[in-house]
Amino acid sequence: MKILVGVKRVLDYNVKARVNADKTGIELANVKMSMNPFDEIAVEEALRIKEAGDADEVIAVSIGPSQSQETIRTALAMGADRGILLETDELLEPLAIAKLFKHVVEQESPGLVILGKQAIDGDNNQTGQMLSAITGMAQGTFASKVELNGDTAKITREVDAGLESINVTLPAVLTTDLRLNEPRYAKLPNIMKAKKKPLEITPVADLDVDVSSKLKVVEVNEPEQRSAGVIVNSVAELVEKLRNEAKVI
Amino acid sequence: MTTLVVAEHESGALRPATLNVITAAKAIGNDITVLVAGDGAADVAAAAANVDGVSKVLHADDAAYAQEIAENLASLIISQASGFTHILFAATAAGKNVMPRVAALLDVSAVSDITDVVSADTFIRPIYAGNAMATVQSGDDVKVISVRTTAFDSAAETGGSAAVETVAATEASALVTFIGEELSQSDRPELTSADIVVSGGRGMQNGDNFVMLDEIAEKLNAAVGASRAAVDSGFVPNEYQVGQTGKVVAPNLYIAVGISGAIQHLAGMKDSKVIVAINKDEEAPIFQVADYGLVADLFDALPELSKALDG
Ligand SMILES: Cc1cc2nc3c(=O)[nH]c(=O)nc-3n(C[C@H](O)[C@H](O)[C@H](O)COP(=O)(O)OP(=O)(O)OC[C@H]3O[C@@H](n4cnc5c(N)ncnc54)[C@H](O)[C@@H]3O)c2cc1C
Ligand SMILES: Nc1ncnc2c1ncn2[C@@H]1O[C@H](COP(=O)(O)O)[C@@H](O)[C@H]1O
Repeated sequence: MKILVGVKRVLDYNVKARVNADKTGIELANVKMSMNPFDEIAVEEALRIKEAGDADEVIAVSIGPSQSQETIRTALAMGADRGILLETDELLEPLAIAKLFKHVVEQESPGLVILGKQAIDGDNNQTGQMLSAITGMAQGTFASKVELNGDTAKITREVDAGLESINVTLPAVLTTDLRLNEPRYAKLPNIMKAKKKPLEITPVADLDVDVSSKLKVVEVNEPEQRSAGVIVNSVAELVEKLRNEAKVI
Repeated sequence: MTTLVVAEHESGALRPATLNVITAAKAIGNDITVLVAGDGAADVAAAAANVDGVSKVLHADDAAYAQEIAENLASLIISQASGFTHILFAATAAGKNVMPRVAALLDVSAVSDITDVVSADTFIRPIYAGNAMATVQSGDDVKVISVRTTAFDSAAETGGSAAVETVAATEASALVTFIGEELSQSDRPELTSADIVVSGGRGMQNGDNFVMLDEIAEKLNAAVGASRAAVDSGFVPNEYQVGQTGKVVAPNLYIAVGISGAIQHLAGMKDSKVIVAINKDEEAPIFQVADYGLVADLFDALPELSKALDG
């Protein structure tokens, strides 16, 4: 069985996003970019499934600019077998990303596609669900545990009131939640080896996939800032202020 | 122009989140139809019909809707979607699970987590953990949207008198079966709708120490939340997590205890009315958003706070 994992190149989670001067988006020049953290969890899960003998190949897929090769190389250094970059400089909506993943699914026929639950740039939380819908593969989102069982998998999911578990028939699309695993770091020798692993690059424009979107970003603004508060000197003062000044208790 | 609101419910009652979504639907300005899917959910349909501003309720009853299986709900919604210009969900775990499927099946973009309605086709939504607000305009014939519940007031539960129409169920997916759930039981207010939230972070050191927060929450009739670090360390279950990738809360009072204030945590609580931070590190970023900061060891401050609340 093959496993496809999505690896998106995003602004590093430690960097505070700043709106650019012309208010069209976020300033991305000269800032640290990394693999979307949920995608590291996806790569790790795929590798563990392979190491347990339930998969023979892990393919890392990224859609984005040429620099996304670095993100794929990171996945390869973690242990993925090969990479696919669908190259575009356009910012694509999740529906377009899902359609491009569908194209790869049709070529590779994976038993599992593992994506992150959300990309921490757009915070959309859409792609996995959309891919499941348009391919007809089963959906298991926000996974905190994945147990393979022949041609089905038991997925434990993080939901608002706790955990729930479902059984999905493979092939399936899964999305990762934070507690699924702790991703490994790529070791130096593996980073060297990863440079020799195959990475196939195809321009999105060469594919017969409709990536158009009717959703336009009109403008991007800074959020309202909170004004600085005060430091209180004691618990007694805190309680007094909450009672008499803020009147919230 | 009509908006379809997909209801959420449990134990025979609408979830509060649905009332927030109905307010967002009112802001869009169309007639509002509510879809209630469930297994024995006639009471919920009746309750939805009473909500102020609702002009029609569609009710589908079938075992396929006993749980929130995304495949089954999406196919029902698609079967009813014709004629609607907007389809709205709450941006809850359940809503996020289904909403993008519905958009993809209609071949339209989805708009996640809106916090404001500018006009019937233009919405504001946070991106990058709320460090930027994007104004987006949809040219799609059907706008499929999830709504950040804390950004909209609750619609009144009475005042409406909509007709309830029964609609046919669609076939259940053979690919997914529900196995079970482990839900935490609490008499406390629900985290996302509580007036006061008391949250603990890594500084709490272990799960047992959360008893100190429980005690304060009890006295304030508050919900208890947590940072990701506290959840990852196993102090409390996943459903406590507040933040960019957990729950978003905006209570009247948010008390952060032993939480540093990482971007991802702030994303889930910075719209609270009043923020209190208790942290022994005066440099902790949480103080930059706190209305009242107390630089103290939480193991001294919490027992004192608990006592002060008795007085
Ligand atoms: C993809 C991704 C998603 C994430 N999503 C979320 C999310 O949704 N929610 C979230 O919260 N985080 C999230 N995080 C994690 C986030 O980046 C931080 O790591 C996390 O919020 C830190 O939790 P903390 O403040 O409890 O721990 P720490 O940062 O370790 O802070 C502990 C604080 O406790 C204080 N302290 C320690 N002992 C005491 C004491 N005795 N008395 C008083 N103060 C004390 C310390 O001074 C410190 O400030 C996410 C991270 C990633 C990468
Ligand atoms: N451009 C991309 N390249 C690779 N994977 C992506 C891309 N965009 C989204 N994904 C995958 O889809 C997940 C959810 O993204 P989103 O729906 O944008 O929040 C991510 O965690 C990735 O696994």
